[in-house]
Amino acid sequence: MSTLVDLVWLIPAFPLAGVLILMALGRRLGEPRAGWLATAMMGGSFVATLLVFIGLIGHEGDERETVVTLFEWVPAGKLAVDIGFLADPLSITMALFVTGVGALIHLYSIGYMHGDEGFSKFFIYLNLFAFSMLMLVLGDNLLLTFLGWEGVGACSYLLISFWFTDEANASAGKKAFVTNRVGDWGFLVAMFLAFLTFGSLQYGEIFYDLESNGVAAGTASAIVVLLLVGAAGKSAQFPLHVWLPDAMAGPTPVSALIHAATMVTAGVYLLTRMSPIIAEAHGWVPDLIMWVGLGTALMAATIAVAQNDIKKVLAYSTVSQLGFMFVAVGSGAYVAAIFHMVTHAFFKALLFLGAGSVIHGMDGDQDIRRYGGLARLLPITSMTFVAGWLAIAGVPPFSGFWSKDEILAYAYGENKVLWLLLLATAILTAFYMTRLVLMTFFGPPRWVEAETQVEVEADEEAESAVETGPPHRHPHESPWTMTIPLVVLAGLAMVAGVINLPFASDVHFLGNWLKPSLFGNEGHLPFGGGTQWVLALVAIVGSLGGVSAGAAVYIRRRIDPARIEHPFLARAWRIDETVTDFMGSPGRRAFERTTQFDEQVVDGAVNGTGTLIRRAGSRLRVSQSGLVRSYALGIAIGAVAMLAWFISRAGL
Amino acid sequence: MGGSTVLPVIIFLPLVGAAAIALIAPSRATVLKPVAVATSAATGALTLWLMAAFDKNDGDFQFTQLTEWIGSAGISWHVGVDGISLFLVVLTGLLFPIAIVACDPPHDAKAYYIWMLVLETGCLGVFLALDLVLFFLFFEVVLIPMYFLIGKWGHENRKYAATKFFLFTMLGSALMLVGMLALALLAKDYSETGEITFNLIDLAQSASELPTITARWIFLSFVLAFAVKVPLFPVHTWLPDAHTEAPTAGSVILAGVLLKLGTYGLVRFGLYLFPEASQYFAPLLFTLGVIGILYGAVVATMQRDLKRLVAYSSVAHLGFIVLGIFSINTEGIEGGLLQMVNHGLSTGALFLLVGFIYERRHTRQISEMIGLQKAAPVLAAVFTVVMLSSVGLPGLNGFVGEFLILAGAFVAHRWWAVVAAAGVILAALYLLWAYQRVFHGTPDDPNRSMPDLNWQEKLVMVPLVGLIVFLGVYPKPVIERMEPSVNALIEHMEEVEGIESPTVGDRPEGSFEELRKLKADYGDEEEGH
Repeated sequence: MSTLVDLVWLIPAFPLAGVLILMALGRRLGEPRAGWLATAMMGGSFVATLLVFIGLIGHEGDERETVVTLFEWVPAGKLAVDIGFLADPLSITMALFVTGVGALIHLYSIGYMHGDEGFSKFFIYLNLFAFSMLMLVLGDNLLLTFLGWEGVGACSYLLISFWFTDEANASAGKKAFVTNRVGDWGFLVAMFLAFLTFGSLQYGEIFYDLESNGVAAGTASAIVVLLLVGAAGKSAQFPLHVWLPDAMAGPTPVSALIHAATMVTAGVYLLTRMSPIIAEAHGWVPDLIMWVGLGTALMAATIAVAQNDIKKVLAYSTVSQLGFMFVAVGSGAYVAAIFHMVTHAFFKALLFLGAGSVIHGMDGDQDIRRYGGLARLLPITSMTFVAGWLAIAGVPPFSGFWSKDEILAYAYGENKVLWLLLLATAILTAFYMTRLVLMTFFGPPRWVEAETQVEVEADEEAESAVETGPPHRHPHESPWTMTIPLVVLAGLAMVAGVINLPFASDVHFLGNWLKPSLFGNEGHLPFGGGTQWVLALVAIVGSLGGVSAGAAVYIRRRIDPARIEHPFLARAWRIDETVTDFMGSPGRRAFERTTQFDEQVVDGAVNGTGTLIRRAGSRLRVSQSGLVRSYALGIAIGAVAMLAWFISRAGL
Repeated sequence: MGGSTVLPVIIFLPLVGAAAIALIAPSRATVLKPVAVATSAATGALTLWLMAAFDKNDGDFQFTQLTEWIGSAGISWHVGVDGISLFLVVLTGLLFPIAIVACDPPHDAKAYYIWMLVLETGCLGVFLALDLVLFFLFFEVVLIPMYFLIGKWGHENRKYAATKFFLFTMLGSALMLVGMLALALLAKDYSETGEITFNLIDLAQSASELPTITARWIFLSFVLAFAVKVPLFPVHTWLPDAHTEAPTAGSVILAGVLLKLGTYGLVRFGLYLFPEASQYFAPLLFTLGVIGILYGAVVATMQRDLKRLVAYSSVAHLGFIVLGIFSINTEGIEGGLLQMVNHGLSTGALFLLVGFIYERRHTRQISEMIGLQKAAPVLAAVFTVVMLSSVGLPGLNGFVGEFLILAGAFVAHRWWAVVAAAGVILAALYLLWAYQRVFHGTPDDPNRSMPDLNWQEKLVMVPLVGLIVFLGVYPKPVIERMEPSVNALIEHMEEVEGIESPTVGDRPEGSFEELRKLKADYGDEEEGH
């Protein structure tokens, strides 16, 4: 049979090779060759994914799964887990955008990380991340997915705290890892339960057992809820979302790749992969997924409205968009979830890279209150950023419109209140993104106080003198390694909607393609095309409404922005503070008490006994030395005496 | 008399080396270390040979040697290795040369190397002895060199720590001695020959005939001795002191090998001799294991002394191992055995790294260190890998053991496993926090100039880090050598006492392809709605 699909192992092999080569030669290669090598590896991985994709297309729809097993990983007792890859429409769809977007972000990083002393180390981590992410999506069993799952978490930790001399970065990295671990606990227990129930962790075997022997709804529900805990950790859903905004401390390409396009979607992938078990669970379980998603989406959108750090806006926007995907999963719209995941990967990576380009041009300043009027100075960045903005705002025909519209339609089919709230979230999205774009690229430049724009544009090397007051900035466009990825992603963000058009089932490409991976668990819209058109129209009006409201506030100043950017929102609903306060005082006290208990009670008892014996001993004048030798000698003599007695007895 | 002579050679080679060192003239002090390194390396090589020659399909004892020793008392020289002890022997053979190469004693080098090698003989003897008296002798032999290593070459508070270590363990082993004698005397009546014996294999048969209550009491006397050694909560407080005050090599061996004497004893003498009592007391030991996991982690989080923090992490890790052992199923016990090796590698490596830092900074206080990653990037990188292994990151060794333990424990007693799994979160908390405080941030003056690892230090870390990665990616060679012996142990438990090992159903014989067929058979009505 076809052999192209059997090449699936090559997909993760490329970045792994990159890691190994860079570990051996990274410093010798230096900048920029280390970066080029890592990028080439991602390119190779992308090509390998394309080949497997072509191979899969060559198969009949129902035969589009191939499992390639490399070797036995953990064969112990009844547990048998392989290092095996599953190439199916779902995993290859994921792998395509992970390697594709990944390669672009690698390329971008060559420019972005220019001059950093950890240049080659950065690319080791980046390749290691890509490897882990690909293990996550291509693993043919839960444990291998978990390997990737924790692997991406570790890389995320290493990359967030990449500039480790700053305590804030180090704390953010640790926070991300520990919060994710809370989720991983759920994933772990879910695996134990799956192992106990099905006797296997392999997807194919689990689903087969499920189909042939069935499973109690309670067990299925427990597994899904536990997986949801894991998914909420990785995909930053309430209440485990707190790590993601802090994770922005990492270099911006990391935010784009890991904390927007790929890693954070792992939770959505996991739940989609497990659709057969979700189908067996109680009805409230998908509802729970849906409402967690909605709550997170709405909350994060309100927070994004009041953020002034360009990356924080995008971070909360990511949390919010992931909430959309959870809503989709919960309403059985798995295809819509994956569709939105793909379009989001394009436009959000684009927005983050664009933000990186702006930050790069603004010498590291991330506060949008000190931006403004950058459109003319950063033409490519601003043009591409606008494309990303229109996509995320849901303006047709940009990609985000199509995927978001599909989710909204399914939400409408599930529950009208849900739909209304989700629509409100979409409107808010358009609003805060408009705010971001306007404050960054348009309006008067706020990074020059007294000077006029003309001066700033004209000058090249003047103004070297150090002065008091605001620093003199020379916003500049980024090098081509950074702008090319922007342009490519902008193109994708504009047209990616075509992969899943709603007009006829023939053009519902992604839906048809993913069908075999979903085992008939994909939900169906309970209404016809007419309602769908009306809903789409409402969504478009909503998006445009959000955009114009943004324009009204931030250009025409119809309302004072301060009234919208409420401190409660700016402080992210104070969730983070509450958690920190709790961990900081009662949590820490409990830990301290336990430690005191150990020192004073448990060990105190030991030392107390020791003192008691010593006093008794000295009173008896048997042992005046109090040294261990005499005790030891005593015990040893006793032991020997016992043995001797025993031997003499036994000999009789 | 008869059998293979390879095990006695392995056991006594270090002792021969110790004797040779004793004979070296004081004027030739420079050859002390080479002799010690050569002896321990040769022993290590022999253990590797043993692993290669080991028949992986045989669950029975191999390379056995049985000689009558004190015949009238039923005491024999009986040694042998099986899948349960094999890797502990290899671990011992590996860690001793590493510890000896990595750390030089500041004074009295001769005595130091003699004690180290005597200690190695003791450890190897414990793992290979198949006679209870022989086991007990080696078990006690281990104490003395360790006592002197801590008391003579340790840090400020070494006298207190050494005494505490000695008294704790002595107390436990005194009880064990009583239990052993009682077992041999009482089991005599049930043995086929009617004669007294300390032979483990014979006792395993006759012990099962003992009255249930009696067996339980004797089991408890063994368990207490081993619980001190493991250590289990609440008899663990000797450990942080001993680990912290011991010289680096002492801490490495203490954590890497000595703690395993306890967990190994629980398998070899707890499960094997007392299947019914093991099952009866499993909930108790499970509970103590879970307490150890959470409690050790919580207390570790609050430590200000880096070495003490690592010491408390051992309490948590060993709690996992006890959990696995008393799952009494293949997954759990294999996980426990594997984790013994993993803990030896990771915690051994952690103690070495902390020792390297101490040699440079002359402090173990976390608050006095900052930004070391800037000053010593290689040290930091190695520390990161070892830390992630200790945290249980998949792809590194710690994960496989931990996962098997928890899977086995879940099958046996699910709620305990659910709680124990939370230890995974805490492990990340205390290690990452410590890492952040020590390695991240901007280094101040004394930390800025700290030198990075030298070639000798890098050299000793290579095998450790190599194995940490290898066992995470490909643990099969280890697991498959353990499995026949573990299965034999469980079969023995099921046979003699009718214990039912908690297990899961068979792996489903299915695949995506067959699933499609199944779906197709159900017809289209499912698709339709």
